[in-house]
Amino acid sequence: MSALTIDDLRSAVAEGSKTATALAGDFYTRIRQEDPEIGAFLTLCEERALAQAGRIDAMAAEGKPLPPLAGVPVAIKDVMVTKGVRTTAGSKILDNFIPPYDCTAVARLEAAGAVILGKLNCDEFAMGSSTENSAYHAVHNPRDKSRVPGGSSGGSAAAVAAEMAIATLGSDTGGSIRQPASFCGVVGLKPTYGRVSRYGLIAFASSLDHIGPFAKTVKEVALVLRTIAGRDPMDSTSADVPVPDYVAELDKPVKGLRVGVAKEYFGDGLDPEVRAAVEAAIQKLAELGCEVVPVSLPHTEYAIPTYYIVATAEASSNLARFDGVRYGFRAKSTTLSEMYRLSRDSGFGMEVKRRIMLGTYALSAGYYDAYYLKAQKVRALLTRDFDEAFKKVDVIAAPTCPTPAFRLGEKVNDPLAMYLADIYTVTANLAGIPGISIPCGENHEKLPIGLQVFARHFDEATLLRVARAYERSSLVAGR
Amino acid sequence: MKVTDKDVAYVADLANLELTEEERARMLRDLNSILEYIERLSELETDKVAPMAQVSDRYGVDESRQGSERFAYAIREDVKDGLRKSLPHEDAMKNAPDTDGIFFEVPKVIER
Repeated sequence: MSALTIDDLRSAVAEGSKTATALAGDFYTRIRQEDPEIGAFLTLCEERALAQAGRIDAMAAEGKPLPPLAGVPVAIKDVMVTKGVRTTAGSKILDNFIPPYDCTAVARLEAAGAVILGKLNCDEFAMGSSTENSAYHAVHNPRDKSRVPGGSSGGSAAAVAAEMAIATLGSDTGGSIRQPASFCGVVGLKPTYGRVSRYGLIAFASSLDHIGPFAKTVKEVALVLRTIAGRDPMDSTSADVPVPDYVAELDKPVKGLRVGVAKEYFGDGLDPEVRAAVEAAIQKLAELGCEVVPVSLPHTEYAIPTYYIVATAEASSNLARFDGVRYGFRAKSTTLSEMYRLSRDSGFGMEVKRRIMLGTYALSAGYYDAYYLKAQKVRALLTRDFDEAFKKVDVIAAPTCPTPAFRLGEKVNDPLAMYLADIYTVTANLAGIPGISIPCGENHEKLPIGLQVFARHFDEATLLRVARAYERSSLVAGR
Repeated sequence: MKVTDKDVAYVADLANLELTEEERARMLRDLNSILEYIERLSELETDKVAPMAQVSDRYGVDESRQGSERFAYAIREDVKDGLRKSLPHEDAMKNAPDTDGIFFEVPKVIER
């Protein structure tokens, strides 16, 4: 299945050499073979998938023009609600939750003909960097099953890497698409804030949450982005900015583009093999005719502390809705106050409680100015760093993560060490700029390494173009 | 240690969490370690920096607009006819842990 691309699949379905129904069946067979050892899926929605595949096959049989993702098997991180299909956010508090509506990004994929196979494992409420905080089970990295797939969208990255779906959706609040893409050796894109509607995304930190695609290639990612991007009346933070044809722009030349390199992303703590691979990738971009320009992002070292204030403060507010009243788990209790506490106590896992506590503390009387207000100000400085840099360059290249995938259990008892896995990814969320991770080689243990590229707000077209040019050159090199 | 046992109890109360003894001890340790790391923000002089709450403040089709005006695109005229139907009552109640068919039922609120 490894050679399958969206275009191949769609053509096969259109020509009738393979039905969408048979294709979905192939993928379910593969999931049943592979996933017991990986753990990427939480729920399979075979009924919904086969109904959609049947609709596509009927259209093909009647010779009707097929939509751009006709028959393409995809899967969705379990933080996006799906009508009639259990949605847990990786949490026990939503163990029995059957949403009454569809997330916009999911509905758009389905409207474009995609077949949704199931829901993907993740850290509880997308809080984590290894998917070990899932209340259900861990995910094993398909490239080395003793290692984490990254997180929080670990299931989304692992499903693509193990070829259990052609493309998947994930969410990225501090790196949760790009970091697992890097760890699993696939492509993952966090679009600009406002590019993709978050209607139906279970909120973690609303000023930082993004939805974005995973796939094996940049072109696949561009196809999915083109499908899910654009203004949605159901999300007032979705921006009214035209959506270019990302696919049509992919192969425009990159010659003359200015690629920024910031020394702050190559400092202490960067694994030497990761550094070498990323530097080689930047050299490759130079060979393709890009101009490599040094830039400075001087506040970078303050990104993680800023992020963990802003994200947890927003989370403490967003997660107040889980109280056992209207949906989800309710503990037996005799008073309302006891019901709230006991439901939340047994429904939430330790990391979620830790972040609710930190966020509540940062917002509480006497600490608001010192923590939350301070973090908002530093957020402005971090964003200004990018504004200044993008006056001089078109994109910025950096490592996605300081190290390749770490071992399961390695950081699980040290929250701060886990947070530092996001050191190169959180700033793009704070500033709202788009970022992509693409594979750029392996270390001596054959673990994938990711190259991260940032661009200006709403300039995903340039981002994808640079990523595609690099990808193509590295394929030619016979990687 | 910045955070004390008392703070943990107070914040847990604000957050509607009970927490076991063991969780409280762990929380005390973890919050202190994370806050110590976060402390480095105080190195930065930010008196003259305006706080940034939202990315959307910083972009928009009309650069001359500020703050919430940037969201003008999200505002629409009142619709008198053809309003989008809200979720049917029955669907909205389907996930209710306890309901009489009309309302969500919860344990008694006022204690005597």
